Amino acid sequence: MINQYDILETIRMIQDDCLDIRTITMGISLLDCIDTDIDKACQKVYDKITLKAKELVSVGNRIEREYGIPIINKRISVTPIAMISAACKCSPVPFARAMDKAAKAVGVNLIGGYSALVQKGFSDGDLELINSIPEALSVTERVCSSVNVGSTKTGINLDACRIMGRIIKESAEKTVDSACFGAAKLVVFCNAVDDNPFMAGAFHGVGEPDCMINVGVSGPGVVRAALRKYPDADITKISDVIKEISYKITRIGQLVGMTASKRLGVPFGIVDLSLAPTPAVGDSVAHILEEIGLEQCGTHGTTACLALLNDAVKKGGVMACSRIGGLSGAFIPVSEDAGMIDAAISGTLTIEKLEAMTAVCSVGLDMIVVPGDTEADTISAIIADEAAIGMVNSKTTAVRIIPAIGKQVGEELDWGGLFGKGPVMPLKKQSASKFINRGGVIPAPLHSLKN
Amino acid sequence: MRAVVTVIGKDAVGILAKVSTECANYNANVVEVTQSVIEDLFAMIMLVDISGINTDFAKMAEELSEKGEKEWGLKVIVMHEDIFNCMHHI
Repeated sequence: MINQYDILETIRMIQDDCLDIRTITMGISLLDCIDTDIDKACQKVYDKITLKAKELVSVGNRIEREYGIPIINKRISVTPIAMISAACKCSPVPFARAMDKAAKAVGVNLIGGYSALVQKGFSDGDLELINSIPEALSVTERVCSSVNVGSTKTGINLDACRIMGRIIKESAEKTVDSACFGAAKLVVFCNAVDDNPFMAGAFHGVGEPDCMINVGVSGPGVVRAALRKYPDADITKISDVIKEISYKITRIGQLVGMTASKRLGVPFGIVDLSLAPTPAVGDSVAHILEEIGLEQCGTHGTTACLALLNDAVKKGGVMACSRIGGLSGAFIPVSEDAGMIDAAISGTLTIEKLEAMTAVCSVGLDMIVVPGDTEADTISAIIADEAAIGMVNSKTTAVRIIPAIGKQVGEELDWGGLFGKGPVMPLKKQSASKFINRGGVIPAPLHSLKN
Repeated sequence: MRAVVTVIGKDAVGILAKVSTECANYNANVVEVTQSVIEDLFAMIMLVDISGINTDFAKMAEELSEKGEKEWGLKVIVMHEDIFNCMHHI
């Protein structure tokens, strides 16, 4: 029989330490929906999504009950819409409406892929899509958008950075009534990945099969609970403990993904080994860092602790499943992490420290609320900084910042639920406009002469 | 196919009988039982064969948990054994 201790450990991880599967995301290719008639194209998009994902939510719910493990989100990612809408030569907002309608019809809470990949330049349709993002995010409820502005191989498209600063601001302005939520559904990437199951940045890459299932695991609470048992261990032991626990977490991701793939008759893609926090008590990445030995997340030593955590999570998880992918690492979304919220309010965690942290962990400046009167060029410069970290370090970085229209440092935006709340964080006042408005492409970095 | 039924709660007469009777109603065969009482707390882990059950497993898991909570005052957790096997065996 299975060891009694093991059974109780698993149950404790789920019941007490918030272990869950964060998302089952179905990736759907829309390449076969391209049509010069936008109405026909949108109908094809709606039909394909609702056909492929018809059973997604019910299968997810069943697996949840059978294995006794919560599966928090069931989501959908689609081919970047700019590729589909280009043939229509008009505003692609109807595609966003079709996606939103399809998401509601199948019961998923978010659908990603209102996206454009412009790391080297804009093709027909890309600019049209980017300019339509604020409207698309304000007239839909569940659609998420992302734009890739740079990569290690191509460099950074500074024109795209410039435009995205304005788009982020407009997205916030158009959704003032819902706490600027539009900007929370928009991510700007460098080195975006094709198989990311996490929102808001999920899209279904062009090299992916027609339809597939990707799974994102979670479990910051479990890691913290495991570390609490070793208050005096040296740091190598801490790394080993994280590896062991992340192996166990990832195994469940593999099991759920395989089961979902079998029952839906859709190939299984990857497990994303990310530690994704929620604002719930006991589900915080910041608290893991504090358990390792920081008085508060954001103080000196945070980058080192996060680097260790991120690496150990990957090492433990990589053996636990057949294929890993997505973003895989620790997420540090400020508004979605109780410990980060506290650290940001107290001033220990600043945007400069967060930027340093993004160099050693998965993704980037995530769910950060900034003053509403921030210049668009300043947001563009933040994007360029973050993209530079991703480009030079050959990793994915992203920016998801929310200008709190009409609010200043000292106030906050509150969305509730998984998105949490974030205090307005101060930014530098000095302008970067001249740099941003130069335009052009920052050339890709050198990959030889590494001595 | 087997499932693990974990029962946790205040010790009382007839817990094992109640749970195993309920399993029998679903035609789930009890394969193995371990139980311990630490002070007042009763903890039982039951391995049941679910290959011949007369209903949907997800439904059985839900109904047993509900019965545990509402009628018996016990926490009853029913999980497919695969989750433990995958987590604790390489």
